[in-house]
Amino acid sequence: MKHETALHNLDQTAMTASQPSVSIKELDLSFGAVDVLKGLNLDIAAGEFLVLLGSSGCGKSTLLSCIAGLLDLTDGQIFINGQNVTWAEPSERGIGMVFQSYALYPQMTVEGNLGFGLRNAGVPKAEVKERIARAAKILQIEPLLKRRPAALSGGQRQRVAIGRALVRDVDVFLFDEPLSNLDAKLRADLRVEIKLLHQQLGNTMIYVTHDQVEAMTLADRIAIMKDGKIMQLGTPDAVYNQPANRYVAEFIGAPAMNFVDGKLSGTKLSFADLSVDVADYPFQSAPGGDLNVTVGLRPEHLIVGTDQLQSAATFELTAEIVEPMGADTLVWSTLDGRRFRVRLDGQTKISAGDTLSVGIAVETLNIFNAATEQRL
Amino acid sequence: MQTQRPNALFRNLTAKIAALPMIATALFVFVGCTLWTVYYSFTKSRMLPSDKWVGLQQYERLWNTPKWQIAVENLLIFGFCMMILSLVIGFVLAALLDQKIRFENTIRTIILYPFALSFIVTGLIWQWVLNPDFGIQQVVRDLGWQSFEFNPLFNPDIVIYGVLIAAVWQGSGFIMVVMLAGLRGIDEEIWKAARVDGIPRWRTYVFIIIPMMRPVFVTALVLIASGIIKVYDLVKAQTNGGPGISSEVPAKYVIDMMFGNQNLGQGFAASTMMLLSVAVILIPWAYLEFGRKKHG
Amino acid sequence: MADISYPTDARGAKPRRVMTKGNVILWSTLAVILAYYALPLYVMVVTSLKGMPEIRMGNIFSPPMEITFDAWHKAAFTACTGLNCEGLSRGFWNSVEILVPSTILSIAMASISGYAIANWRFKGSEVFFTILIFGAFIPYQVMIYPLVILLREIGLFGSLWGLVLVHTVFGMPILTLLFRNYFTSLPEELFKAARVDGAGFWGIFFRVLVPMSLPIFMVALILQMTGIWNDFLFGVIYTRPDQYPMTVQLNNIVNAVQGVKEYNVNMAATLLTGIVPLTIYFVSGKLFVRGIAAGAVKG
Ligand SMILES: Nc1ncnc2c1ncn2[C@@H]1O[C@H](COP(=O)(O)OP(=O)(O)O)[C@@H](O)[C@H]1O
Ligand SMILES: [Mg+2]
Repeated sequence: MKHETALHNLDQTAMTASQPSVSIKELDLSFGAVDVLKGLNLDIAAGEFLVLLGSSGCGKSTLLSCIAGLLDLTDGQIFINGQNVTWAEPSERGIGMVFQSYALYPQMTVEGNLGFGLRNAGVPKAEVKERIARAAKILQIEPLLKRRPAALSGGQRQRVAIGRALVRDVDVFLFDEPLSNLDAKLRADLRVEIKLLHQQLGNTMIYVTHDQVEAMTLADRIAIMKDGKIMQLGTPDAVYNQPANRYVAEFIGAPAMNFVDGKLSGTKLSFADLSVDVADYPFQSAPGGDLNVTVGLRPEHLIVGTDQLQSAATFELTAEIVEPMGADTLVWSTLDGRRFRVRLDGQTKISAGDTLSVGIAVETLNIFNAATEQRL
Repeated sequence: MQTQRPNALFRNLTAKIAALPMIATALFVFVGCTLWTVYYSFTKSRMLPSDKWVGLQQYERLWNTPKWQIAVENLLIFGFCMMILSLVIGFVLAALLDQKIRFENTIRTIILYPFALSFIVTGLIWQWVLNPDFGIQQVVRDLGWQSFEFNPLFNPDIVIYGVLIAAVWQGSGFIMVVMLAGLRGIDEEIWKAARVDGIPRWRTYVFIIIPMMRPVFVTALVLIASGIIKVYDLVKAQTNGGPGISSEVPAKYVIDMMFGNQNLGQGFAASTMMLLSVAVILIPWAYLEFGRKKHG
Repeated sequence: MADISYPTDARGAKPRRVMTKGNVILWSTLAVILAYYALPLYVMVVTSLKGMPEIRMGNIFSPPMEITFDAWHKAAFTACTGLNCEGLSRGFWNSVEILVPSTILSIAMASISGYAIANWRFKGSEVFFTILIFGAFIPYQVMIYPLVILLREIGLFGSLWGLVLVHTVFGMPILTLLFRNYFTSLPEELFKAARVDGAGFWGIFFRVLVPMSLPIFMVALILQMTGIWNDFLFGVIYTRPDQYPMTVQLNNIVNAVQGVKEYNVNMAATLLTGIVPLTIYFVSGKLFVRGIAAGAVKG
């Protein structure tokens, strides 16, 4: 009964106000002397798909556990649908959670797994049945209801795990690397299904992953984390095209962005014997005087062949290693003493030792302050 | 230059030679000696092994001996209580220690140290603690409860429980360690999932964790059971079978018959009965273990 | 209908009361349990430090009014078993003489067997190993007498080496299992690489496996030292009275029928016998736990 009321309350508040679905304020979390999360703020809109992306150990799971109420905060507050849930039990927060290891109860059937929490909360039998049936239908696991988790494939188990969150009828779904234990093909399939599920249900979803492809394809917004801080929060387009700092620039994109040291004087950018007028570059903060900068060039944004007429500058490279990958070909070279990658169309005929002429467009440049590593 | 295919017997010859002690142990001691004893339990052996076949006579006499009957009865009571107590105490202790409490290492050290002690030492310690004139009974009486009665070692009806207290003291810490290893082996995310589902802790233990720990319970049970049948030193030191013959156990009966009473035939028959009871426990377990592995 | 209240100013960690019902239950349960486990040791120590008059007067939990080590001295050097009045010291040295060769021999045999089974499987090796493991469950009583005959045949009955052999044989199953499991868990490439490099059976064992298996040898050492030191049954059956190990002598001293019971001496003797395994236990800590857990859970 308790559970019911909570959901009811949450529904009402969600309807009346256009407030964030989940709101994290000044969150600190430490394990003993180790500070894992520091002064973290994050607002997630209702119905948004937010992905927490970062390398292993940066605190993504910890943040998710805080939202779920599985960890006690050191300081700060968490609001869900406008309610301050900082001290609320996980089951009282109106969340459902899906884990990397699925965490299914092995001795129960799929049906038992889906219904255990509900029956425990005293939801009437008929309603439990109905909710299980609905979740099973959405996830297409109806034929599996009588089976034990051990008799399911990885993909099926993950679906059941999602189902367990689904039957809770909650507004916020939390996913902690739900696809990491699956092989590549299944991962791609389930990714699409999760996206469909989101479109169908319209819930808020917070999704943790270290896989940037998952992040880019699923997210409305991505929060890229490092050492317990959010380095950039933005749409997939923004984090790819306007990385806020060097860390994000390097982290997003495969093959990784090329970096060259340079100098910026007014609108004149010079690096590696080149000099480019960057008046058209969308500066966020116009720098004054001379400045040491790092220039970032994505391998796929370099212009080769006939399009070079539009380039702001061109230079020559020697192909040292050629890696044909079918759809495209990656050429490894050296610029200004650093490894430099160029991505070409797969049909390009080139072999090691050839010379390659490469052009750059000002709008695809990324210029970072060399000292602060922030985008200019 | 070797052109012929080498004889299979001589392949890995060093390995085979190195394994000879193990093979000899397996064949001569575990198989050979066991069969020998079983065979001679059907003979008229007394002071020396004899080849005179008497069929089941030794067993008939065995089961008509009061000392053996008491020994078996004691073993059943002791065994049943020991299993239940060890499992319950072991699991509860492990669950308590699993609550991320402070001083976990200290507490575990205190609970486990008796396991390092021999049964002789254990028996003598508890002989002293349960001593009616100076031990617990007297301490409680000195506190003012004059009629307090707790004297297991000199009361034939409950002496086996006195042995039980000592055995649980010695062995339950070990079961706790086994259980704790099992608990720690359970996926942390199961606990998280149960919390998100709003399932109270005790319910999570009863409906999720304990069913998941079934193999650990079975292993613990087999360990306890095989220990129970071997109980000898503890009784020897704590009560020496007394008062009278009221705390005799089968293992002690065997040794007494073979080396004290010079009645080998009875010893062989009694030890064969012990073997039989182990087989009754072990074979179903091995079957389960084996079956489980086969089904992946 | 209890509504869930969400305190609007909640911030940081949820304040937890220390004296919750759960905590009180938890810690009082633990206190009772700890008393059960710890008090006997305490009682032994205080008893051994009291004089007999004080023991007769007071209760077993009271600390000694006057600490005296007479009982310890008597237990170690002058207590009598039968006609022999040398105390436990002789039993101690007997136990050491039994312990050292038994431990070394049993670990050597078992590690080599475990290695042969794990890395050089041959026809029948698994069968012998299975017999061995099942053998671990056979009550010793079943094999004790035929072993007496076997030892008598080879002239070792009643000698130290006979007992060493018995300890080696009965230590075989658990130790072989321990080593086999450990060697199996090592990457097989290592073994293959060594073979390609031309190392043979002994070369691989001594130069590749043993150096990287020190922890498991430690575990085996702890297991065997405590096990052999604590043995009573084999000691009493396979040796003569002048070679009785400490446990047997202890039992004979404490449970001697004649004479006045000297509880302080008995407790000092009991403690003396327990000191060796207790020291091993307290010093080895985690390894001890790992040892018994590995020996047991994997079975
Ligand atoms: N229970 C814990 N105790 C101490 N440190 C922890 C604990 N859980 C996580 N950490 C540390 O916190 C950091 C963040 O962990 P986590 O959130 O799991 O990272 P990830 O981003 O890979 O999910 C890691 O450095 C980890 O070592
Ligand atoms: Mg993680």
